[in-house]
Amino acid sequence: MAKKMTLHLRIWRQPNPHTPGKFVTYTIRDVSSDMSLLDLLDVLNEELIKKGEQPVEFDNDCREGICGMCGFLVNGVAHGPKRGRTACQQYLRDFKDGETITLEPFRAKAFPVIKDLVVDRSALDRIMAAGGYISVNTGSAPDANSIPIPKDIAEQAFDAAACIGCGACVAACPNASASLFVGAKIAHLALLPQGQPERIRRVLRMVEQMDKEGFGDCSNHGECEAVCPKNISIKHIAIMRREYLRALFCS
Amino acid sequence: MAAWPRSSVAKKFLNAIAGIGLFLFVVVHLLENLLLLTGNPDDYNRWAHFLESFGVGLRIVEIGLAAFFIAHIWSSLLVYWDKVKARPQGYRVYRTAGGTSRQTLSSRTMIYTGLVLLAFVIWHVITFRFGPYYPIMVDGVEMRDLHRLVVEVFNEPINVVLYVGVMVFLGLHLRHGFWSALQSLGAYHPRWTPLWYSGGVLIAGALAVGFVVIPLWVYLYL
Ligand code: HEM
Ligand code: SF4
Ligand code: FES
Repeated sequence: MAKKMTLHLRIWRQPNPHTPGKFVTYTIRDVSSDMSLLDLLDVLNEELIKKGEQPVEFDNDCREGICGMCGFLVNGVAHGPKRGRTACQQYLRDFKDGETITLEPFRAKAFPVIKDLVVDRSALDRIMAAGGYISVNTGSAPDANSIPIPKDIAEQAFDAAACIGCGACVAACPNASASLFVGAKIAHLALLPQGQPERIRRVLRMVEQMDKEGFGDCSNHGECEAVCPKNISIKHIAIMRREYLRALFCS
Repeated sequence: MAAWPRSSVAKKFLNAIAGIGLFLFVVVHLLENLLLLTGNPDDYNRWAHFLESFGVGLRIVEIGLAAFFIAHIWSSLLVYWDKVKARPQGYRVYRTAGGTSRQTLSSRTMIYTGLVLLAFVIWHVITFRFGPYYPIMVDGVEMRDLHRLVVEVFNEPINVVLYVGVMVFLGLHLRHGFWSALQSLGAYHPRWTPLWYSGGVLIAGALAVGFVVIPLWVYLYL
């Protein structure tokens, strides 16, 4: 049963990358407990616009946990209290009536704040461009069964491919390391036959780009796995390291 | 390619290999020092003399051990420095999500427990390795009376307190370090990783307790 709730939102407001930000607290009354956290931000923004104030900027798109656009820290945890979910899939029923919810942008040198809760995650795209691809001829789609892949391999590759590139792993990591994201991408392609031709180059280049972007190194805190909305395991960080060793000895 | 030793992944290979080397040394070192508890001072001195009899061989092992320390410290400082640079503005509100997170007091304090261990190791080497030479005759052979030195050092309460304190830091360092080193080398396994994650707690605890018992024993009974 939906209840009516009153919530206080303590939100990081920062007008642009160059002006220091600060927390501002807003109170929203009589909202339904079945609303999502992003719905709550919509309600707040409606009120702010009516009052002639700047609405709170936040990234979002699908609002069903599949696109990877949304994400910020909710009470100190990337994406929020419920595990295995994106910020857009957090619901008010998981908060207490009258609670103050703190929303803070992902923080990393490689993720500069653009405005309020919006950060620039294009560093992840540049890592992908450095090696997270396979080379195939374009044209008509190949027959789906032309390359047989054993089911267990397909499943492992799919577990890795489930990464939506949201960057929560970086945000939650005490070192601001992108190892879980990069590990998932490397593992996904290294497992599949289509990924073999660039296998050695891929891991070297993606790791090099990850370092260039200014992400920290992995100290195995494992915090990334705990906040990942797709439950990507730190197994993939180990796979990245094995791929790296293999590349050092094979090239 | 030339940049690979500086790469985030390679740094951790080096840190982990050196860390495992230091860990193995610590295990052997504990077993050696349990000879202090046999009740016969000659056992301890005989073993030390036996090691010393390798001469150049022992010097090479000592230099190797020093190299492991340097490699470990150097790589861990790089990891720490990169971490500091990677998040110039910290969170106002941050907490661990719990669940499968392996973030603990131990994992968060590796650099501090490590630096305490470094200071300790320097003090330790000066006190014992380069400490006073007391001669003693055992089995008709003159050798260094290290047993006497250890007893002297650990009859000072302040030394016992410091030593016991540092061993808590060693336990904390290895509580995260043990499983982390394996993970850094890519050794993840869905069944074994949880096992050596928990096993690391036991091993770290056992090592710390072992090293705590020795100075207390010496203080109380020798
Ligand atoms: C008795 C001596 C020592 C032993 C047995 C030891 C053991 C280890 C082990 C096994 C690891 C895990 C390696 C990994 O995460 O891949 C580790 C990590 C670490 N050690 Fe040590 N260590 C010792 C001394 C030191 C010293 C003197 C420092 C001084 C700076 C230090 C700093 C670190 C740091 C910062 C890490 C974490 C690296 C990271 O965050 O990724 N350790 N140590
Ligand atoms: S690994 Fe998980 S947390 Fe990291 S970017 Fe991918 S989906 Fe997001
Ligand atoms: S908006 Fe698409 S995952 Fe949240």
